[in-house]
Amino acid sequence: MLGSGGFSKRGDHGLKREVAIVAVGATRFGEHWSKGLKDLAWEAGVQAVEEAGISGRDIQYIVFGNMSGGMFEGQEHVGALVAEFLGLNPVPATRVEAACASGGVAFFQGYLAVASGMYDLVAVGGVEKMTDVEPGQATEILSAAMDYEWEAYFGATFPGVYALMATRYMHDYGLKPDTLAKVAVKNHYHGSMNPLAHFRNRITVEDVLSSPVVAHPLRRNDCCPVSDGAACVLLAPLDEARKYTDTPIIVKAVAQASDTLSLLERRDICTLNATVHAAEKAFAMAKLTRRDVDLVEVHDCFTIAEILALEDLGFCAKGAGFKLYEEGETYVGGRLPVNTDGGLKAGGHAVGATGVKQIVEIVKQLRGEAEGGRQVDGAEVGLAHNVGGSGATAVVTILSRR
Amino acid sequence: MGVSGVPRHWRSLRERYRLLGTYCENCGTSFFPPRKICPKCRRRGRTREVEFSGRGKVFSYTVIHVGSKTFEEYAPYVIGLVELEEGPRVLSQIVDCKPEEVHIGMEVEACFRKLFEQEDGGIISYGFKFRPVDDSWVEYYRKLLADKKVKAART
Repeated sequence: MLGSGGFSKRGDHGLKREVAIVAVGATRFGEHWSKGLKDLAWEAGVQAVEEAGISGRDIQYIVFGNMSGGMFEGQEHVGALVAEFLGLNPVPATRVEAACASGGVAFFQGYLAVASGMYDLVAVGGVEKMTDVEPGQATEILSAAMDYEWEAYFGATFPGVYALMATRYMHDYGLKPDTLAKVAVKNHYHGSMNPLAHFRNRITVEDVLSSPVVAHPLRRNDCCPVSDGAACVLLAPLDEARKYTDTPIIVKAVAQASDTLSLLERRDICTLNATVHAAEKAFAMAKLTRRDVDLVEVHDCFTIAEILALEDLGFCAKGAGFKLYEEGETYVGGRLPVNTDGGLKAGGHAVGATGVKQIVEIVKQLRGEAEGGRQVDGAEVGLAHNVGGSGATAVVTILSRR
Repeated sequence: MGVSGVPRHWRSLRERYRLLGTYCENCGTSFFPPRKICPKCRRRGRTREVEFSGRGKVFSYTVIHVGSKTFEEYAPYVIGLVELEEGPRVLSQIVDCKPEEVHIGMEVEACFRKLFEQEDGGIISYGFKFRPVDDSWVEYYRKLLADKKVKAART
């Protein structure tokens, strides 16, 4: 399965030391009219720094995800900009971009920076300011995450490309719109318990099925919102983690994979190969099985994406993912709680921040600190799955309490 | 900004208009969009340009009701993933029929159409779309014109 793109020959992935998350911070995801990219990054960053009880000056490297400061705010070079605004010059600060997987890829880079032995304290973030442009403009900017030349140019939108997957999936596996709607209903239910969620209202299957069509068969309530937001985690070597926290969360694995930007050359458009490859690698690296995982955060930019993710991550067979929704097994208290913070659908999707926000939620759950009644009892191991575009980049991260 | 830009458009004029792809003589596979290297055969591959017939079947489709800024005025419109008879798939609009008539397996053929108009300067971009292979699109237009006449007569 792994083929090319495997690991180094040493067999232990060539890493020098284990890495832990020692602090987290996140803004609410939503419409922050009075805040820009810098303000949001500040808010999340300060929370993490205060939680760790350190000075910002202790941070040796900053790496964060941001999809398109250039198109959303007219500002590129945001790496150094954030370092400047946090008063941390001359600390090296890098912005990474992989569309909606920018945050996950930033986490991977931060992980490597600590695991390699180069840095002892790294801030990994994600930030996106999306609501300063009109909706049509936002749709256009987001469509740059897929193949611009062979998809967007012909009028495809981001929801449109996922709708192509949904149409085919319904045709091949018999998924019905009311089952698909249950993904959104569940995520809103979880979102209602999360004070940082974009939407905190509960919805019904009927609410989903009566919302306007965006790209048939996907309706407005099948789609995640456009959000402003930021998230941050601090990484340190495991053997130094107790300097900062009593409850370090161990990074068992991070794996990233790539696939074609467009759907054109994917023979099976109902499978995100990048997810399959990243998951195989991550489970091999963590030496864990699917049965060990207590909760997952998956990239539900659209309802269909959540079902595909559970299949591609290996939690169920292809074509069987939606059956978990017929029996409510993905709720907190179910067999496999999925997107306990409301996911992208209700939690919100500030694209470059999402991958880090997912990790923040897993950390809260593994510490036993998830508020509002959404805590998964005795959660030991959690998995985060972040996707860029329609699956050209996927990052799978496995975290553990011990 | 957006789905425009003249240099990009000029650079790819040929394959945009004529459905040109790549054929690997080593493994006999056709590719679209065009490639410099056969991903299967890597260096052993012998690639050459190939023009596709333009006939194919709808592999999947969607009806876009909320378009991006460039395409807002055309909504609702159908986007199809079309599997060409030579194997590769192309993403394009399905036109000359009602959206509710489009289905998986529907036989379609490429046609040359206007894609969109740039907001500033009014540069028009052309390219291929797909339409039903049978003559149903003739009837579709006949009815469309008749409806327009009825509307015009009423006002």
